[in-house]
Amino acid sequence: MFSFCADPSVLPDWQWMACYLTTGSHFALYRSVLVVLLLLALAAPLALGMGFLGALAVRSGNAALRGVGTVYVSMVRGIPDVIFFLFVPFAIDQGVEFLRHKILCPDWDQPIRQGNDFIVCQAAKMPLASDPAWMHDVWGFTLALIAFALVFGAFAANTLNGAMNAVPRAQLETAEAYGMTQGQTFRRVLLPQMWVYALPGLSNLWMILTKATPLLFLLGIQDVVFWARELGGQKTGHYAYTHPDWRVWYFLGVLAFYLTLTWVSQKVFDRLMVRLNHGQATAGGEALRKAPA
Amino acid sequence: MSSCAESFNGLILRALGRDFGDRLLPRGLEINFCDQVFLIASGLIWNVYFAVLALFFGFFLAVAVALGKTSPSRWLSRPAEAFVFLFRGSPLFVQFFFVYEALVLLPRAGIEIGPITMDTQWMTRAWAGALFVLFLNTSAYTAEIFFGALKSIPKGDLEAADAYGLAGWTKFRRITFPTMLRLAWPSYTNEAIFLLHATTLVFFSAFPAWQQMGDALYYANYFAAQTFNPFIAYPLVGMYFILLTLGVIGLFGVVNRRLNRHLPRAARARLRFRPQYIR
Amino acid sequence: MKKLLLSAATLAFAATGALAQDIVRLGTEGAYPPYNYIDESNALVGFEIDLGNALCERAGLTCEWVQNDWDSIIPNLVGGNYDAIMAGMNATPERAEVIMFSDPYKLPDPSAYMALAGTDPSVMEEGVIAAQSNTMQSGMVADTSATLIEFPTADETIAAVRNGTADAVLADRDFLMTYVTESGGELEFLATVPSPGAGVSIGLRQSDTELQATFNAALDEMKADGTLNAMLVEWFGDEVPQFE
Repeated sequence: MFSFCADPSVLPDWQWMACYLTTGSHFALYRSVLVVLLLLALAAPLALGMGFLGALAVRSGNAALRGVGTVYVSMVRGIPDVIFFLFVPFAIDQGVEFLRHKILCPDWDQPIRQGNDFIVCQAAKMPLASDPAWMHDVWGFTLALIAFALVFGAFAANTLNGAMNAVPRAQLETAEAYGMTQGQTFRRVLLPQMWVYALPGLSNLWMILTKATPLLFLLGIQDVVFWARELGGQKTGHYAYTHPDWRVWYFLGVLAFYLTLTWVSQKVFDRLMVRLNHGQATAGGEALRKAPA
Repeated sequence: MSSCAESFNGLILRALGRDFGDRLLPRGLEINFCDQVFLIASGLIWNVYFAVLALFFGFFLAVAVALGKTSPSRWLSRPAEAFVFLFRGSPLFVQFFFVYEALVLLPRAGIEIGPITMDTQWMTRAWAGALFVLFLNTSAYTAEIFFGALKSIPKGDLEAADAYGLAGWTKFRRITFPTMLRLAWPSYTNEAIFLLHATTLVFFSAFPAWQQMGDALYYANYFAAQTFNPFIAYPLVGMYFILLTLGVIGLFGVVNRRLNRHLPRAARARLRFRPQYIR
Repeated sequence: MKKLLLSAATLAFAATGALAQDIVRLGTEGAYPPYNYIDESNALVGFEIDLGNALCERAGLTCEWVQNDWDSIIPNLVGGNYDAIMAGMNATPERAEVIMFSDPYKLPDPSAYMALAGTDPSVMEEGVIAAQSNTMQSGMVADTSATLIEFPTADETIAAVRNGTADAVLADRDFLMTYVTESGGELEFLATVPSPGAGVSIGLRQSDTELQATFNAALDEMKADGTLNAMLVEWFGDEVPQFE
């Protein structure tokens, strides 16, 4: 990074530190912060989408659909999220390869399970063995993303369902009195009004999601926890920058990162709540209306 | 291959240590279905241990912190707020790592407090160290729940207490505390479930397993790695947790009915079995 | 698509796996210096990285390294996420039940107990011994009367000895060597125990016999012309046992 970094063993303290903190592996740590933020940015809307479908299923007139929705929501409630994170990516990975195998290699005459080995034809590999390494990383990340969306979708489904129930009946009845169809009532009245009821729950969900991101580490993704552990460990003479066990400092840094993240999120949600309260038939909206402009 | 009865005898208490069952865990090809059923069940001992003790001790600290937050004195409210922010604002998983690394830095010879030397080694063990983290963590979440409940105690109730001449400790014990508990109970039930689920993280973070004593997920993970087949062990542990969760809901429901027994039937808040995800 | 048109005979060839594509994915832990580790420029380096690259070059294979944590390194091999493991893995009979090994590329690593200087050797029977989980050594400790504590990485086992959580660590002697020599007398070996098995080898799926043959042929070449020995000395020093 800096020109004076050529031989770390002879550097004075501050220069050594400057060089140490700008090594390639430290940049990998800084990049892993982006991985966490990327996961959050993608998982949040996906989970919201899953939650929307889940909520609609739970409220559906169709008993079968309602059953599926209820089982989905309560299963995620009863089982620790870690178990899903360990199981779902693995199951999807093998499931996808199995399906691709059946479709792409119909002539295959050998069993897929040979003893312990799980063997599908080369064309069915996901991603293909010939694909560059980044494709494998993207696939691993996608699997993690699916697991997050699945777990937090169930949480969101419950929040959204509650919010839809919380919209005052009178609002919906008025809409019907105006001659709106069910779909129109849903789109024009229920949907815009439910957000203010959903926001406290959703902001909470965002916090839980944020605090679940270190579990990426368990999925074999090189996130901040991975790098904190890797870089913090004792470095012997095999490395250019030797140091004793510094893990406690690295984890202090990770802790500070997450505290900042949740603190900023909280500020944003507080602002958002004020905006959403405008013109709502709630105590919050009333307070805003009465407040001197 | 061992019979189911042998598996039961050898493994059902194995999570307590190798003196309580088979010395060695079943390995590789010798693992059968019963081994998985009983060893994973045995691991639940630790999940229940962590959850029950953390919730029990956490309850008292939470009440203290919640009262601290409502205190007019900044010397009390600020530290209480900081404590809640610290533990609610960061992931439990990272807290485990950090606290473990901090605990191992304690002097090996022990800390000298006056004439007594306090041994520090035991604190890095999961049964103590992880319990300590879970205790502080759940205290912070519960304190926030209790704080919200304290603020929503109906003004009339407190004024009525004043009118009856209740004050200080008597007023707290007979009016403020029971009302707070009643209002907070549904959310507290929810927190208990979250905490129960969080106990599965202990052996996946920094805390090492001693003599292969671990929780249910530790063993499920062990089996998945040994048999290369996660389709038995993980669903099994998932099923166990559904049962435990139902148990928690049932137990807390009983308490909830007791807390609300003085209310007219129609006004009793039924414990919402619809899950809430406030944490 | 091409595969659909293949005759049954070539299909059998393709069935043996990785070779069909000429791209072989090699799994390693990346946290076990000097065998394999991530250096400060975020590159995988170490004895096995050099050796793996040399083997692939000789065999005309295109190889790609995949980093995977130790605990799931075998499940991910049999699950097909990569085709071979080079991660300081001893070819033990236990592992040979589930995967297959090439010829060894490093003669059996003796294991060693390492402890703080002045530790009483009786801890090996009565004390607390740290080992990396799912290693040969963790099995060895479990068979003694000592108390086993397992850590997911090798680095943590050393930390456990330094901070007093464990009385000693049992691990590959060649891995521990750097820690002992650099500790300035703080750490020392208590005892050395021979390791079972044929030595450190490439781990392969049991169905991948063709890849095994390819690697063995390349290994034989490197053993014959002395390049493997040179590599061993480069990474482990003069005292490392060499191939005849």
